Amino acid sequence: MNLLHFLLQNHQEVLELTLEHLWLVAASTLIAVLLGVPLGILIAHRPPFSKPVLTGANIIQTVPSLALFGFLLPVPWLGDRAERLAILALTLYALLPVVRNTYTGIRGVDPAVVEAGRAMGLTPRQLLTQVELPLAVSVILSGIRVAVVISVGLATIAAAVGAGGLGELIFRGLAMVNNQLILAGAIPAALLALLADFGIGLLERRLRPR
Amino acid sequence: MLADVAHDTNNDPAIEFRHVSYELPSGQVILEDFNLQVRRGEILVLLGRSGSGKTTTLKLVNRLLAPTRGEIQVAGDFGDDVIRLRRSIGYVIQEVGLFPHFTVERNIGVVPRIEGWPKERMHARTRELLQMVGLDAALASRYPHQLSGGQRQRVGVARALAADPAILLMDEPFGALDPLTRDELQREFIALQQRLHKTVLFVTHDLNEALRLGSRIALMEAGKLITVLPPEEFLRSDDALAAAYVRAFASGLNSSGKRGAS
Repeated sequence: MNLLHFLLQNHQEVLELTLEHLWLVAASTLIAVLLGVPLGILIAHRPPFSKPVLTGANIIQTVPSLALFGFLLPVPWLGDRAERLAILALTLYALLPVVRNTYTGIRGVDPAVVEAGRAMGLTPRQLLTQVELPLAVSVILSGIRVAVVISVGLATIAAAVGAGGLGELIFRGLAMVNNQLILAGAIPAALLALLADFGIGLLERRLRPR
Repeated sequence: MLADVAHDTNNDPAIEFRHVSYELPSGQVILEDFNLQVRRGEILVLLGRSGSGKTTTLKLVNRLLAPTRGEIQVAGDFGDDVIRLRRSIGYVIQEVGLFPHFTVERNIGVVPRIEGWPKERMHARTRELLQMVGLDAALASRYPHQLSGGQRQRVGVARALAADPAILLMDEPFGALDPLTRDELQREFIALQQRLHKTVLFVTHDLNEALRLGSRIALMEAGKLITVLPPEEFLRSDDALAAAYVRAFASGLNSSGKRGAS
């Protein structure tokens, strides 16, 4: 019950760090969606571009997160504020699942349906908004869900460069060899990930076309 | 036949292919120097085996494909406006291609909706079309996956007719149906055509269907047009390929007759 005691006593700080954490995840996911969905649509419609784009996103994904944070640190404007840097790094990691699932979702729409739409005189824009996106939306959402879950975990590492978030507690706990402190950061982070997974999963099922 | 006279006041063909060729980027020739006139109000059946270029011919009409050489004239002044051309041509395919996330009513109303029809008019048109293709009005709120294959294909026909196009392109629309349903839909389609007098370009590989529905049958083989004949003449044709079709058709009938007798 020591942990519970700790959380109760420090609920103010834990809450603040949780909100910071959420902000990092939300901002980076939003940017990743705003960039990744159009990019995924683009490469789904222009197959020659799909390979280089997906490979690029894959390569970013393979860079160890701590190294990426480190690499970005000396960059002038970015390095000024750790928060900017963390959001950029998290965005880069979130891109792959968003781009890949948008691409897969749109490519997965029944060609007969797309052809029927074209033959009926839908403009490319109408085809995208009325047919392709509604039919791909659950696949795209599942990519966003994966991106969010990854980001919640990765964002704990952002504390290493001073960006705040629940990682603060974890790193502090590691330094002080204090398991309670580590858990006080890790458990809320895990709960956030589970919650996001569940919530977006629910939305995904609601929007899945039959 | 008398009813047709009124529609023949304009003698220009509804669709005309002039020296049309279509090649894939790889250089493979799909259609070669294809010439054909489709008359207003007729059902012209493109008959041929898979790979003979029937579907390509159809897709050239509504510009899903662009010819490599030659030109295709479609009645009505569309200029380069492909979208308007397509909206004035109905298209029915074997896979139906209904939008799975739209109800039957929304599927039928796709073109009217983007054309900005008022709600009441779309609603009335849907009822009218459902009745026309022999479907219960209660199906309007169903989704495609809740329908049988035959019902889906009827909705496909209703959708193609929604904005009252003068031309219908049909690519083996009844090909995936069981024989009884196919027979039913073919019969209803003939009855429908007697009321609507659309210009229909109809693709099939089934001679029985071609004979039954076609005003004329255009026989295709390896990207070339072999001959165009009305059904009765097709049966008597001394063209080698046409005769081969008729023989294959007759032997099917004979062997099943023999089985029935023994």
